[in-house]
Amino acid sequence: MAITGPNGGGKSTLAKMIAGIIKPTSGKILFNGEDITEKSITERARMGISFAFQQPVRFKGITVKDLITLAAGDKLSVSGACEILSEVGLCARDYINREVNASLSGGELKRIEIAMIIARGTSLSVFDEPEAGIDLWSFKNLIEVFEKMHEKNQGSIIIISHQERILNIADRVVVIADGRVVKNGTREEILPELLSANTGCKYFKEDK
Amino acid sequence: MDEIQKTLLAEVADLHSVPAGAYNFRVNGQGAGRNTTANIDIVTKEDKPGIDIIIKPGTKKESVHIPVVLSATGLKDLVYNDFYVGDDADVVIIAGCGIHNGGKEASSHDGIHSFHIGKNARVKYVEKHYGQGEGTGERIMNPTTIIEIDENGYMEMDTVQIRGIDSTKRDTRAKLGNGATLIIKEKIMTHGKQTATTDFTVDLNGENSSTNVISRSVAKDESHQVFLSRINGNNKCAGHTECDAIIMDHASVSAIPEITANYLDASLIHEAAIGKIAGEQIIKLMTLGLTEEEAEAQIVNGFLK
Repeated sequence: MAITGPNGGGKSTLAKMIAGIIKPTSGKILFNGEDITEKSITERARMGISFAFQQPVRFKGITVKDLITLAAGDKLSVSGACEILSEVGLCARDYINREVNASLSGGELKRIEIAMIIARGTSLSVFDEPEAGIDLWSFKNLIEVFEKMHEKNQGSIIIISHQERILNIADRVVVIADGRVVKNGTREEILPELLSANTGCKYFKEDK
Repeated sequence: MDEIQKTLLAEVADLHSVPAGAYNFRVNGQGAGRNTTANIDIVTKEDKPGIDIIIKPGTKKESVHIPVVLSATGLKDLVYNDFYVGDDADVVIIAGCGIHNGGKEASSHDGIHSFHIGKNARVKYVEKHYGQGEGTGERIMNPTTIIEIDENGYMEMDTVQIRGIDSTKRDTRAKLGNGATLIIKEKIMTHGKQTATTDFTVDLNGENSSTNVISRSVAKDESHQVFLSRINGNNKCAGHTECDAIIMDHASVSAIPEITANYLDASLIHEAAIGKIAGEQIIKLMTLGLTEEEAEAQIVNGFLK
């Protein structure tokens, strides 16, 4: 499922509510039929919810390997961790022992963030704008990552995105604006209307 | 040696048996074993407690272990160790002190170490301090390190104090000659009501001398730490000092860098950062399934690694 909509509409807030980082002021969150509204971040993570941050966190002294091993729950070998890094387009040999500190660029951190979610392999994975800041890495690879994850985990993937190419692989598209769901339907129902409504570049296009 | 003494030895020097190379064990203020090699001599001082460690010029790939263990309560141990490292030598020196205090009286170890490092010599000096014991008596360590490095000499000092020392005042003073380099890496964790003060002074006297003084520390509970780092650039030289501290609970940390350039081509930098663990770091690890306490422990371990 892809969630899209204008900035400040509440997309990231929704993702953080699913992960348990923000408590909802009203309503309930059901996960596989179970009410998880009162569950902590840790409990939800252990039940099978993963969350990739929009802005990944840096850690002094903690290596890429440490984070991926923690994500996998210690059931991962070094070669397993390397394989996952390759999937997100990082050369494992160069990165496995790097510290996740300020020496990594935004794009590198973003890929490591996605690698952690792959390592977890849970039944629900939530990505908050995974494409933002990923430079020189073709969209094709990112989309392949999601397709492979979907195939392997047989789980659900929620992606917050503004990118047409990501919306194009979603089974369902939800549009959120002003804190409310304004559209919710299949890709075929939502996308044509959404894309034609985009007139932001009208003058730019005319000039061309 | 008894079991307690063996445990202390393993903690401070990673020693589980008698090491290869030169060594001198000091247990409860007495010599408890010594070995010398063809290149490294160890001689007991006659005028005061302590030893002279004499490393011949050109000695390569040898090590010296000089661990100290205190397991008797109320002991006040003072020792002077002088290291003479010959020109072109390349050695590893492993010191360290473990105190087990099972009684009510304070136990203390004050080690005064002087290093005379010859031309082109390289020394790696590792020092680890550790305390344990169920007694209420304080465990106190006040190490003093005096370093002189001759032309193109190099010394790396790794000092670690992670657990069990109630009070420490650590004094390090160094003078560097032409082309000499000194790297200091300090790691400290305090908890309970512990206090730790470290005071570094490096005089960059020689042309093209350089130093890097790096401290990483974690202060928990009610503990208090002071980090003083003084670098004096008296010639064409490069100096950098950095203090990075995490505070938790009701702890406090002071970082006081002081850099003085007395020469036009002295290039000196200081950096200091103190703060609690970032909330988003804990949240990130919790989304991987760790509890808040496990997340904190991971962050602290990584920071001090």
